[in-house]
Amino acid sequence: MNGAQDLGGTHGHGPVKPEPNEPVFHAEWEKRAFALTLAMGMPGGWNIDMGRFARENRPPAEYLSMSYYQIWFAALEHMIKERGLVSEDEIDAGHSLHTPKPVKRILSPGDVAKTLHRGGPTERDTNTAAIFKPGDKVRAKNINPLTHTRLPRYVRGHVGTIERVVGCHVFPDSNATGAGEDPQWLYTVRFDGRELWGANGDATVKVSVDAWEPYLESA
Amino acid sequence: MSGHDHDDHHHHDHDHSELSETQLRVRALETVLTEKGYVDPAALDLLIEIYEKKVGPRNGALVVARAWADPAYRARLLKDATPAIAEVGYAGRQGEHIVALENTPKRHNMVVCTLCSCYPWPVLGLPPVWYKSAPYRSRAVADPRGVLSDFGVTLPKDTEIRIWDSTAEIRYLVLPMRPAGTDGWSEEKLADLVTRDSMIGTGLPKSPKDIAK
Repeated sequence: MNGAQDLGGTHGHGPVKPEPNEPVFHAEWEKRAFALTLAMGMPGGWNIDMGRFARENRPPAEYLSMSYYQIWFAALEHMIKERGLVSEDEIDAGHSLHTPKPVKRILSPGDVAKTLHRGGPTERDTNTAAIFKPGDKVRAKNINPLTHTRLPRYVRGHVGTIERVVGCHVFPDSNATGAGEDPQWLYTVRFDGRELWGANGDATVKVSVDAWEPYLESA
Repeated sequence: MSGHDHDDHHHHDHDHSELSETQLRVRALETVLTEKGYVDPAALDLLIEIYEKKVGPRNGALVVARAWADPAYRARLLKDATPAIAEVGYAGRQGEHIVALENTPKRHNMVVCTLCSCYPWPVLGLPPVWYKSAPYRSRAVADPRGVLSDFGVTLPKDTEIRIWDSTAEIRYLVLPMRPAGTDGWSEEKLADLVTRDSMIGTGLPKSPKDIAK
């Protein structure tokens, strides 16, 4: 979706302000919102792409005015309500009011370390061959799906060069909608700064994105 | 000026009340989820402890230091970073597929996630606020020299600046250049020179002088 999350090249956000000696979390609730989000992945049954879509899918003004963990928490609330795991009256009451819906598994303390260590690799076996090879010129397609995509607007329509064939990876555009992993070849595509930003762009800059085959066409 | 001060003040009050509301809602939701048996608070505590205390940029610094000290390790890291990093003991969530990017006198690498906050957790921990912020995500790809100047970093005019937008599940770790005057240093001591920002590309490693201060 062409939402506020797609920030590359937008103007007016001001300077970057690094915080000296920044703590990992800035409030107790941030810690809990972070941990709840990680822990609920198991009983909730959503995937990382559904999680990302739940975060970005909100009015731009709202997205830009919320803090990072406020966005995480809002997405968590949305996903658990959507799956009927918790209802609004329960959050209002601060207690469980309805019979819990059965879930397959929950994250036990004993499973935390091995679950984090395992992570969620996204590379998949395939019997298809990659269409593009390093050095090929490709154009990022002009796509504007209302659903989740990982092709940022600032590269759409622009021509770049295949730098690396990464492998065959879960396709977020499909995975985010629940339509399955639909693994696709993934490439690192390099663009010249001036191709992206015009004649006034910095000629010493090159930018790459990682782009799945359905995002690309020969150029 | 006074109008500006007033606006700032007003803004803070607004933030404060929203934060309190969020705080209460997070607490309420944790109670509901715990009562329903969906989360075990001990698992939550453990997750927080791991990312607050155990997983952080010191991990990445040890990887970089080893690459500086051991040419064979450096070659393995640049060829296939995920197993090379696992050799040092780091792997897993948000670092399933890592690529190491070598800075050279001709080329400086910088990493961003314009679409969200993708970051190599096993080696750098959770990302700082600025990395997830609109100013960084918007400008890193279009005006990287401007961003670097926000960090007090100026590179030679002819240095190629290579930006890596983390749009898939590939996570990038910058391998900065080894500072001069560090011959014969141990990996532990070299790691003290490696800053978090130098592994994102928004900073440079410290010099021996910096840590002697």
